Amino acid sequence: MRNWIYQHWRNLGATLGRFGRTPLASLLNIGVIGIALALPLGLYVVLVNLQTFARERAPVPQLSIFLAMDAKPADAQAITARFKNHAGVKNHRFVPRDAALAELKARSGLADVIDSLNQNPLPDGFIVEARENSATALETLRDEMKRWPKVTHVQLDSAWARRLDAVLRLGQLALLLLAGVLAFALAAITFNTIRLQVLTQREEIEVAKLIGATDAFIQRAFLYYGALLGLAGGLAAWLIVWGGLVLLDNGLAELARLYGASFRLQHLSLQDSVTVCLAAAALGWLGAALSLRRHLAAFDPH
Amino acid sequence: MISFSAVHKHYPGGFAALKDVSFVVNPGEMVFITGHSGAGKSTLLKLMAAIERPTSGNVLVNGQNIGKLRAGAIPFLRRNFGLVFQDHKLLFDRTVYDNVMLPLHIVGFDRTEAAKRVRAALDKVGLLGKEKANPVALSGGEQQRLAIARAIVHRPAFLLADEPTGNLDAAYAADLGELLRSFNQVGVTVVIATHDEQLAARLNPRLIVLDHGKLVS
Repeated sequence: MRNWIYQHWRNLGATLGRFGRTPLASLLNIGVIGIALALPLGLYVVLVNLQTFARERAPVPQLSIFLAMDAKPADAQAITARFKNHAGVKNHRFVPRDAALAELKARSGLADVIDSLNQNPLPDGFIVEARENSATALETLRDEMKRWPKVTHVQLDSAWARRLDAVLRLGQLALLLLAGVLAFALAAITFNTIRLQVLTQREEIEVAKLIGATDAFIQRAFLYYGALLGLAGGLAAWLIVWGGLVLLDNGLAELARLYGASFRLQHLSLQDSVTVCLAAAALGWLGAALSLRRHLAAFDPH
Repeated sequence: MISFSAVHKHYPGGFAALKDVSFVVNPGEMVFITGHSGAGKSTLLKLMAAIERPTSGNVLVNGQNIGKLRAGAIPFLRRNFGLVFQDHKLLFDRTVYDNVMLPLHIVGFDRTEAAKRVRAALDKVGLLGKEKANPVALSGGEQQRLAIARAIVHRPAFLLADEPTGNLDAAYAADLGELLRSFNQVGVTVVIATHDEQLAARLNPRLIVLDHGKLVS
């Protein structure tokens, strides 16, 4: 067992040595893989940020109910009572007209415009979350509430969220396609790199085979190399995306501040980062394994 | 034990290197395979170590049939052999010591024990003082002895050598003959392909003579 660990340790050392012996070629390879992986990874971050943005603005489809301008507090209480007894309503929130104005002022960046108004143009309102979020259930609820006394308008604000969702789904599909193509590129790069290494180490492989080395023994160092190459490429991609996000984030924060809002970009989560690096290592290993299968067969007896 | 029965070997293009060859090499024997250049001596050695497979007939090594051996079993068969090649096949990207270490590294030998064995093997062939040298810096005779050290370091049951005295002068060849005999005396089965008649006369081994792929005697 100790011997087995020693052998693997020794192989790892030898593999790192191989990187060290050809620093420029290795760096270029890592760079190419890093850039190739940074494309889908960057797109992924953009999608994650858009999704978060969308979720913050419209967590679940909501119904906004606007009362008539002349509605009295008693009317609002009557409607609250209706909500409490209604089976289709999950929860509801009363938004008095003053609070609505204050919120608009805080969130939209239109503070100056609102301050110039001499009266509040907003009615009292309710925000309602339904128990069921299917389109038909929501529309039935909307039509029912429209008929209640002192209700002037019911707005179902899920439509734009749905459109955004559809766009995001399209984005995810594009991401999958891009990731698939570039994963193939990564495997192809390691395939070719390992092919060249097998060619330059022909003699060593031939001698090792002649004196009883198993294929597993010969392949080990190459597989390590492929996996490490993938891993380093994954790390490079992570660095590229991280650097890009840091630069963009500062610019976006500045832009958001000018609009009177605050906005921060979301970075890659630890889990996503680890997944990317491991997937890159696995692809490197796969490319190396395919290459070895193809190129070590030439040494077998016939 | 190595046994050939009715072995034929054809190469692509139709050249028949061996025709209907049958013989047995018993454990502990010293056997010379002789014959003119191109008679099939090297092919015979390659078949023993599963470097090539017979076209027809059976080659048995310790009861294992080379023609039917799985690819995965070949490395383990080869560990029974020490191979000395005509062109040495030394690795020039590492020291003399590391060249001899390679077979032990491959079988996963314990480090300290392996170091002792490498030194013992180098001592046996008289190269202990040059363990840190690169094989490139060695003379032809020294390279040949290094190849022998690498072949015997894992203490194989069989030692196969292809033209071991090929490029050596008479004095060197005589030394090498004694070295090979000493391995045979401690029980190693030694098979040598050579056309060096002086060597054969000195060691007086059993002879297998080939002529155009056929066994003559």
